Amino acid sequence: MDLGLDLGPHASFIWAAYGVVTVVIGAMIAWLILDGREQERRLADFAARGVKRRSASRA
Amino acid sequence: MQQGYLLASAGLPVVHLRFSAQPLRSFSMTQTLTQRLANPTRFMELSASVLPWVAGAAALVIGYGLYLSFFVAPPDYLQGETARIMFIHVPCAWLSMAVYAIIAMSSFGLLVFRHPLADVSAKAAVPLGAAFTFLALVTGSLWGRPTWGTYWVWDARLTSVLILFFLYLGLMALRSSIEDEALASKLTAILALVGIVMLPIIKFSVNFGNTLHQPASVIRAGGPTIDTALLVPLLVMAVGFTLMFVAMHLKAMRNEIMRRRVKALQLAEVERAQASQLAAAE
Repeated sequence: MDLGLDLGPHASFIWAAYGVVTVVIGAMIAWLILDGREQERRLADFAARGVKRRSASRA
Repeated sequence: MQQGYLLASAGLPVVHLRFSAQPLRSFSMTQTLTQRLANPTRFMELSASVLPWVAGAAALVIGYGLYLSFFVAPPDYLQGETARIMFIHVPCAWLSMAVYAIIAMSSFGLLVFRHPLADVSAKAAVPLGAAFTFLALVTGSLWGRPTWGTYWVWDARLTSVLILFFLYLGLMALRSSIEDEALASKLTAILALVGIVMLPIIKFSVNFGNTLHQPASVIRAGGPTIDTALLVPLLVMAVGFTLMFVAMHLKAMRNEIMRRRVKALQLAEVERAQASQLAAAE
């Protein structure tokens, strides 16, 4: 990887560090978004079938 | 009377009512605020409007921090270019401890105040804290190889952070190993409160014993020892990572609340099916 930067003889360590952070944080964000969509889909499925929580039924 | 009730319900001595009106008033205001925010429905509404702004701010600040880190900050006079790893390693290391402090405070809120969102907050923060601790360990290791000549040494700082990582994993394992969710929440909260002893051990681990890790150079009594040219990008990245964690935590809490609603609906559906079966049998 270059990007016009000369990071010296230890450039691979620097890019590896930033790469690991990017991958792990990217994976966490993807997991949060996908998990949120899955829970929304399940709630929408229950709503479509008319199933309500007790507290929602009382409201 | 209202204040007296609040104190008594929190398990604090009511006699304080007569002698310390000012602290009581602020305590009462805090209670009111937390009680208002304790409503999951209100939290979902509030977080839905706040989350995009926090996430957007995090992206902007981290983008600016990366620009400063690679194109503005000069190489360190001793470590050269490898010091650029500091701009991601230090925010991850700070967050690994800050997230644990949040988990411990949430656990306290669950055990003492029975705050409805406290357990949601603690559960949502654990995998995030584990990830930031993992990143602190890996980036530190990648920084250590060219700087110290080794990826790992069993010194006080590195070992105590590794123990913190295992503590995070332990919190996740404990919660998932107990089927009764209320019991799992309480036991996890107790373990989290016990584990808070790790935070001062990590903080002061560089001050006692032999260690390759440098001593505190930003948060210290005499002020930062890092040059401003390196300190500014570091602080910008730290703010960006903190905003990113806040956005992730809010999103994880929202997901957890929805997951609990799904479980409640599944139970309601089963109960309804059982009731209709009973009615049909009669």
